[in-house]
Formats: sequence, C-alpha cells, structure tokens
Amino acid sequence: MDSLSPVLDGFLVVIEPTNLLYCLIGVVIGMLIGVLPGLGPAATIAILLPLTIGIEPVTSIIMLAGIFYGAQYGGTITSVLLKLPGEASSVVTVFDGHAMAKQGRAGTALGIAAIGSFVGGTVSIVALSFLAPVIAGYALDFGPPEYTALALLGILLVSTVSSGSRPKALIAACLGLALATIGRDGFTGAERFTFDNLSLADGLDFVPIAMGLFGLGEILYNLEERHRAVNAPTKVSNVWPSRSDLKQSRGAVGRGSVIGFFLGILPGGGAVLASLAAYAIEKRRAKDPSRFGKGAVEGVAAPETANNAAATSSFIPLLTLGIPANATMAVIFGALLIQGITPGPQLVTEEPELFWGVINSMYIGNVLLLVMSIPLVGVFVRILRVRPAILAPITVLITLIGVYTVNNNVFDIVLVIVFGVIGYLMKKCGFDPGPLVLAFVLGSLLESSLRRSLLLFDGDPTGFFTRPISGVLLTVFLVVLLLPVVQAVRNRRRAARPAAADKTEELV
Amino acid sequence: MTSPSSGSTQHDATQHDATRPAVPGQPGDGGAGASPAVRGDAGSAPHHAVGPDALPDAGVLPGATAAEADDLVDEVAEEDRPPTAGPVTNLATAVVTLGIGVAVLLGSLSLGVGTAEAPGPGTWPLLVAIALIALSVATAVASRRTTDAEAFTSRAWGVLAGLATLVGFVLLIDVIGFEVPAVLLCFVWLRFLGREGWRTSVLVSLGVVAVFYALFVVALSVPIPHLF
Repeated sequence: MDSLSPVLDGFLVVIEPTNLLYCLIGVVIGMLIGVLPGLGPAATIAILLPLTIGIEPVTSIIMLAGIFYGAQYGGTITSVLLKLPGEASSVVTVFDGHAMAKQGRAGTALGIAAIGSFVGGTVSIVALSFLAPVIAGYALDFGPPEYTALALLGILLVSTVSSGSRPKALIAACLGLALATIGRDGFTGAERFTFDNLSLADGLDFVPIAMGLFGLGEILYNLEERHRAVNAPTKVSNVWPSRSDLKQSRGAVGRGSVIGFFLGILPGGGAVLASLAAYAIEKRRAKDPSRFGKGAVEGVAAPETANNAAATSSFIPLLTLGIPANATMAVIFGALLIQGITPGPQLVTEEPELFWGVINSMYIGNVLLLVMSIPLVGVFVRILRVRPAILAPITVLITLIGVYTVNNNVFDIVLVIVFGVIGYLMKKCGFDPGPLVLAFVLGSLLESSLRRSLLLFDGDPTGFFTRPISGVLLTVFLVVLLLPVVQAVRNRRRAARPAAADKTEELV
Repeated sequence: MTSPSSGSTQHDATQHDATRPAVPGQPGDGGAGASPAVRGDAGSAPHHAVGPDALPDAGVLPGATAAEADDLVDEVAEEDRPPTAGPVTNLATAVVTLGIGVAVLLGSLSLGVGTAEAPGPGTWPLLVAIALIALSVATAVASRRTTDAEAFTSRAWGVLAGLATLVGFVLLIDVIGFEVPAVLLCFVWLRFLGREGWRTSVLVSLGVVAVFYALFVVALSVPIPHLF
C-alpha cells in the first residue's frame, strides 16, 4: 500500500534516540504538571516554548504533545488521592475516584484510570491516523472563504465553552484579533498601531504573549493565597485492578474512547467537555445511578478514557486544517509557526515526517505513560509534597530568562511582564485568556482570508453563502452567535411577567 | 524542578502543609486558561455547552445531568476565593474594554478603512473595533448581574509586590546582569510571598540561580547579561 509508507517512515522518525528522549521528557513533564495543581498544560507549554527554538521541529512538537497528553494522566492522581484535580479535565474523576480512595481502593482507581487513558489514547491515535489524511485531503480545496468561516467558527466555539461569561470571552477574542493587527499590513505595507516603535514594526511575537498571559498571569494569580492545605496523601497499594473491575469498566472505556474522540475534534471541545460528557452518559446508562459519586469504577474509567482520547483527537483540526481547537493547541500552533511551519492541509503531504512523526510518537508516549503511571504512582505522590511556594519563583525565573533567550532581547522580558499583568487582571475580572491567545494566533490568517474573499466576491459579503462549505460554516457561526441572544431575550420576557421583582433581587 | 536544598525540608513540608492554612503560590486551582477547574467555573464550560446554542451535538449532555455535574464541580471547588467584585469594578472593566474598542476604531479610521471591494489597512481593525464596542456595551449593561469577577482585596498587595520584583529584575538586568536580581527576586518570593524560613529561602535562592547560571551561561552560552 502506497499510503502506508509515510506512516512507517513516521515510526522511523519516532525511534530516533533524540525523539524518543524528548518524547520521554515531554510525558514526564506533562505528568508532573498534571500532578502538581497550579500550572496547566497550556501554561507549561507556553513557558517551555523558548526551549523548542534550537531543536528540530518534529522533536519539539513531539515533546510539547507529550506534555499535553501526559498532563491528562497526571491530573488523575491528585483527583483520586486529594480530591484536588490537577487538571480541569480530571474534575469529574474526583467524584468516584476520591470515593474509591476513601474505601481504600485508590490503587484500583489509579490503575483503571491509567488503563482507560491508554486505551482511549490509543483508539484515538488509530482513528487519527486514518481520519486526519482524509480531512487534510478534503481541506486542500479550501479557499479563502472557507478559511474565513472556519477561523471565525473556531474562535467563536472556543469562546463559547471557555470559562466566564460569553460576551467576556468574545471580548478577549476581539482583543486577540486587535493585537494581531499590530505591525506591518501584509497587503499594503502600512504600519498599523506601532506608535512608531521599532520593536512593534514586525508585530508582536507570539511567545511573550503566550508566556505572559498563560504562564506569568497564572503565577501572579496564584500569589493571592487561593489555596488550601494539602494533606499528606494516603498510601497507595493494589494498583492493578481486579478482573471484575476490568469487566465492569469495559463498556465505560469503550464509550469513553468514542465520545472523547469526537468531542476532541470539535473546536472548543477538547478534554474537559469530553470527560464531563462521558461521565454523564455512564451515569445515565447505569442500572443503578446512585452508585455514582460513591466509588463506581465506571465513574473513573469513563472520564479518564475520554479526556485522553479527546486530548489526542484535538490534534486533528490543528494538523489538518490549521485551526487550533483549544488554548493548548493554540500554543502548539504558535510553536509550529516559530519553527517556520504553517499547520494546514498541506502538512500531511509536504511535511510527512513531521505529521506522522508527531502522530506516531503518541503511541510511544502512551506506552511510556502506562509503564510509568502504574508502578511509579508512589513516586508521583511524593512529588506532591514539594511546596508550590518553592516552585513559584523558579517558574518565574524560567519564564523571564526563557523569553529572553528567544531573541536575546530585553524588550521581550518587558512584554512578558506586561502580558503577565494583563493575564492576571483578565482572570480577576472574569476574562479567560484562552480565546485571546487563540484569536491572536488565528488573527492574521483570518484577516488575510477575509480580505482575499472580499476581493474574490467583489466586495459582496453574501458571496460567502454561494459556496457550500463556507456557507454552512458561516450559518453555524451565526446560529451559535445569535441563538443565546434570542434565548436571553425570550427568557427575560418570560421572567418579566411573574415575580419580576424577586428575580432581580436574587440576581443582584 | 525540585531544587536540591528543598529535598532536606521535605519532611517537615508535609507537616507544614497540614497545619498551615496558607502557602502562597500553592495553587488550589487548575491552571491556565485551558484548565480553570478548581476555580469553580469549570462548571461553566459544560454549562455553556448544554444549551442548544452550543456545539452541534451537545445533545449528549442532557441538561439535568450537566447541571448535576455543575453542582459536583462546585462542591469540589471549595476553594478560598476572594469575594466577587462589585458592580463598580464590573462597570470599570467594561469601560476599559470599551475604551480599547474606541481607540482601535479611531486608529482604523485614520489608517483608511477602504471599501468592501477594495479593503484597506483599516478595514479589519474597524470590524474588530465594532465588535469590541458592541460586546463592551453588552457587558456594561450586564455589569450589575455579573458574578464571574473577583474583588481586589488586601491579598492583591502580594501580587503587586511580586510584580515589583519583576519590574526590578528588568530594570537591573541591563545594568548589573541577571544573577543579583534573580537571587533577590527568588528570595523575596520565598521569604515574604511564600513565607518560607530564612534558611530555606537563602539556600534555595542561591542554589536556583547557580543552576540557572550553569545552564544558561556555561552550558548553553545564552548571551544574557551577566555579572560574572
């Protein structure tokens, strides 16, 4: 089979010792930050961006991807043992995972989570290997109108599912789009919003923005003593699940893989949504739903499988369409841009080594994680005792010095601090920085596609609806955008009639 | 990432953690924008997606179950959060974003907005500015009902102090290199923001900067300004 050879070449890329090493480094870092509550994968990947500058593109993306899916494994450990999810996508695991830990079955919970994660991740990679080239081939015909619609929809969906209120998430996205316009206009050469500052003439760099908003902003936010004491974890034993546990969670793992895979593909979907959906479905399907929350093994298996499957499949929109599906993918998108690679449908044909190297590295990464997570649970539990107060200044210094090493420029340190403050203020005021970073990354693509489309349609915006794909995507965009507004108006009208006074008082 | 000297203090660390109410920098929350879990608003992620307004196949999350999950998430998020911000803060936020919108609008007008047939450099900024202004007005209208913002309490002083060390670092690095500012920054964060002991703070600060020096200056020869 002709199409199989690039896949096999991809495996050759992965088993190069350097790549294996970076895959291992990636999954270990991912697992660590997953265990340590505090920095999420997006922040960690952002902070480590400078590290990727000097190394091969495929190697750096293998490492960053490893951090991302490794974090899904690690987040489970704290959820189960401490009732403290290390990652957002492990929040639902807390309910049954911690209940199991209280019954002395922590080991089983962790074991089943690791196995579920492995199965979910692997199923997702296999599906990714088949589906991604198909989507990429299809997307090769996409022109500027399709990309305009796709980028708009992607930004909107990510804003829709982000934390905080929707208008605020959209404001963050608009700010990202505005920041992306700083610098020279690609069409006319006009300088935009540079204030005659030479450092701004080429536009803002992605690295200080991502490091500032995600990394430093998060660290500053955590300085506000928003935490509670971590109790020494319970001792973990019996990590291997029994045969009956395995049998009981088989269905949950299977369904979790499928749900995770499909929710991961959707822009704005990703691991958090997948884990919640998988949990909800298991609870609904169960003969005795009251077991859930009291230590049902399916309640651990389903979300953990789904979040890993989703983490893997969320690479599909990035690698095939060039549209990141969530904040973490936006950072990886930025990492690819730094390497001089524009993700998109041409990636699979023009950079097959990168494409298949990254995908196939996930097989290895998942095996590494399974091997590490079951026997090494005790080690990771011990890591929890490192005080975050000690980690905070170290992370700060890594950020400040790291951003300097990108361009050897002190201005970048200033930028990272400025965006750190903006990130902190945004979090305080209820704005999720995720949509901002995503919109910033997609900003220039969106603008140039829009302008090309307008030229194509002779300035007639209805032209978008004359092409099937851009028409459908834009229709979905408008529905998603306008439906909540319509609903809000309708709800208000309904609420205005009975007990209007009570309602307003309650809300205030 | 564990510095060598913190290893010796790990034993009492566990006791500390159990007894001390607050270890600054100890994040009870899930992390970056992508993982807002423990802040309690992770619930908003599924919540938004539940409505028919959200993802095309959001039907998999039936409203009742998702709401339940929301409650459970809230339960997990028994975190020490500052009180929510008052209407003044919320209104001020909206005014700031409105101001940015107006500034972008004026900027795009001066750049030349062109026409739909021949878009100019200001066309796209103009569209973004209009969206920004409309959304800011919407949040201003809703500012009395907003609950997702946090009030700035006395804890914010710690953040301000942390920020001051960052600014100091940037101001000093060109003058005296990175080592001394880095040691000072690390020490302030450990001793005053993190309330670690004197001994730990001094040893960790020196140790960390020594490792950074060995890594960035000796091993990687990054041309970062350095004193020694």
